[in-house]
Amino acid sequence: MSEQIATIYKRMKDLPSTHILGAGTPMCAGCGGLQALHEVYDILGEKTVFVNAAGCMTLLAVYPFTPFRGSWLYTSMSSAPAGAQGVRDALDILLAKGRIPPEEDLAVAVLTGDGSAYGMGLSATSGAIERGLDFLYLCYDNEGYGNTGQQTSPATPHGAKTATATGPAGFGGYKKDLFAIWAAHRPAYVATVIGTEPLDLARKIEKAKAMKGPRLIIALAPCPTGWDFDPQQTVEVGKLAVKTGIWPLKEYENGQVTHTKVPSQRVPVEEYLKKQGRFAHLFAPQRDEATLAEIQAQVDAYWAGMEGEQ
Amino acid sequence: MTRALITGNQAAAWGARLARAEYVPAFPITPQTEIIETLAKWIDHGAMDCRMVMLESEHSMITAAGAAAATGVRVFTATSSQGLMYAMEMLYSVPGMRAPLVLVNVSRGLQTPLTLEPDHNDVLAARDSGFLQIHCATCQEVLDQTLIAYRLAEHHKVRLPVLVNLDGFYLSFTREPVEIPEPAAVDRFLPGYDAETTRFHAGEPVSQGVAVLGSSPYSYFRYEDHLAALQGLPAYEAIAAEFAAQFGRDYAPVELYRSDDAEFALFMIGSFATKAKDAVDRMREAGWRVGLVRPRLLRPYPDAALRRALAGKRGVAVVDQNLSLGKGGILHSELASVLYGQPDAPPILASFIGGLGGRDIGPEEFFEMIRIVRQAAETGITPPPRLLFTENELREVRKMQAIAHVERKEAAK
Ligand SMILES: Cc1ncc(C[n+]2csc(CCOP(=O)(O)OP(=O)(O)O)c2C)c(N)n1
Ligand code: SF4
Ligand SMILES: [Mg+2]
Repeated sequence: MSEQIATIYKRMKDLPSTHILGAGTPMCAGCGGLQALHEVYDILGEKTVFVNAAGCMTLLAVYPFTPFRGSWLYTSMSSAPAGAQGVRDALDILLAKGRIPPEEDLAVAVLTGDGSAYGMGLSATSGAIERGLDFLYLCYDNEGYGNTGQQTSPATPHGAKTATATGPAGFGGYKKDLFAIWAAHRPAYVATVIGTEPLDLARKIEKAKAMKGPRLIIALAPCPTGWDFDPQQTVEVGKLAVKTGIWPLKEYENGQVTHTKVPSQRVPVEEYLKKQGRFAHLFAPQRDEATLAEIQAQVDAYWAGMEGEQ
Repeated sequence: MTRALITGNQAAAWGARLARAEYVPAFPITPQTEIIETLAKWIDHGAMDCRMVMLESEHSMITAAGAAAATGVRVFTATSSQGLMYAMEMLYSVPGMRAPLVLVNVSRGLQTPLTLEPDHNDVLAARDSGFLQIHCATCQEVLDQTLIAYRLAEHHKVRLPVLVNLDGFYLSFTREPVEIPEPAAVDRFLPGYDAETTRFHAGEPVSQGVAVLGSSPYSYFRYEDHLAALQGLPAYEAIAAEFAAQFGRDYAPVELYRSDDAEFALFMIGSFATKAKDAVDRMREAGWRVGLVRPRLLRPYPDAALRRALAGKRGVAVVDQNLSLGKGGILHSELASVLYGQPDAPPILASFIGGLGGRDIGPEEFFEMIRIVRQAAETGITPPPRLLFTENELREVRKMQAIAHVERKEAAK
């Protein structure tokens, strides 16, 4: 990690103690995506305009109420980055012409789910990165089309049951590596985060906020509704995602990928899988040893590939 | 003011330049590309103070256009055909944001089969989107209507995006003499952009394009947008009158050509109306009392002006350069809806489909249409819709098929 930049978030008590995102949203109890958004928004601040794509979070701003202190623009499922382009360009024109003073400027942030980020909106994101758009992209990854009832998305992991993968083996495909796809564009910054590691998240958002250009963040978003676990388990599930190594916390900057939190002794992935109804068929009526081994092997292979990097 | 021989595409670009458009999200497509290339050249060489951004699709282009307009700058963009279809989701999204902008569409037929040549199915697919629609017949009109379109879009009681349409090839690539007004004169007609309350900035947070729950707020906003579109008619009339007073060119919502004393009328939009005018002159010479009625404004629909223009006519030939598959001509059914039940409505409203995929409509065909309408007026029986297609055209297609068959047989040997 580039430790040159001094973080103000050294320990948990340095984190903002009050949230600026209002309460009473229609999101499910225990929504890991909302948790991450709270933490991100606290650091970005209210001088942010969120440009949203269709998904669970679209229902945050429902006429005539919004939990945001700042601005909001809903676009479509596929074109939130293009909306960010229009807003950023227009703000730049207004600033250049002196039609708004610098203090009236806004940070432009895209907010989408995985379905949009990994799939339908990928072309618009690729375009925005390639144009060097000065924006922050926050993808909350609940590994499915959550808003429509958790169908399989391009972010659904191997073996998970979804509303469209209901067979005995669950989803047969594999989760797309969006981090690598984004990083291949050589943007200013890419990071993975999770709401249950708020210090790591805060440092990354703090760093991204201070940068210019495309900055892209994927937050794994434990989703009690779509993953089928008790809402009070969100923190536990999130922590296990990191401890098992299934959700590596990392960042990309200047052509380098760095892991920001390496689990010293990785917990077996089944501890994470076991907690979620979408993987229940891997454990009962019989253990699906082959699939469990395959998932574990993939995680092991990932970290084996990372050895020496630290 | 200068006079220049320019294409319809260049006229559209001049419109954007004189309107001092500040932001142009762009994407190429034939036959529109010349518009954005012309603007790009001006911007690159300092003749135009504007920011152009190449998006990766028209869907994104309209998203960026709406977002920038909602942030508070004057936006211009252009597309055609498949591009307009690709953007369709956002064409329906932007009007509800009440973010004014101008989109020039260069009409081109839609696949399948794939074609580069013009007809009006593309622009009519956007008919119900909330973009107001102005249809042009000459290159001069393209330039002038682009300026009028900004006034209309930004009118306090309207605040909706406006689409200005010109026909691919027949206007886009045809050079006509065009008067290019002095920038200072245009500035008097069209002052700088006033975003009113539609803008993003830190001091005054807003939420745009938000969801509603339940039908009441949904209906409320849809009705609001519809009423705003209807406000576009008196607004357009006033703006066009102002334009006429200042520049001497009249763009009433409906163009009437020799129709006052006509017994029969041709009804159509776009550049082929120029051909129809010529046919009207010839029919007049032959002693037929024929006129032309051409709506410039399709959204809002100029109901009253059309009723007035057609009151007392014995018959109307509606020429649709579009085809609603399984129904017929779109202009025909729209016109019928405003004439039905009116005391002086023409008893015969005959439907003709032609000009698809760039097909010409010859003078003899205008004669034939009016001959059919005259006959129908005698018998009182409305003729069935006609799809214009000659034996020669059929022979041409048969020939292609025959050649392909022979080639296939040869290849199989
Ligand atoms: C063009 C289009 N297709 C389909 C939909 C329906 N739709 C709304 S939200 C959604 C799922 C989005 O998934 P994701 O981006 O993962 O966000 P999540 O719902 O999980 O928050 C879908 C398919 C839509 N709104 N627009
Ligand atoms: S479905 Fe999942 S992601 Fe969507 S609001 Fe509920 S918990 Fe959050
Ligand atoms: Mg999702």
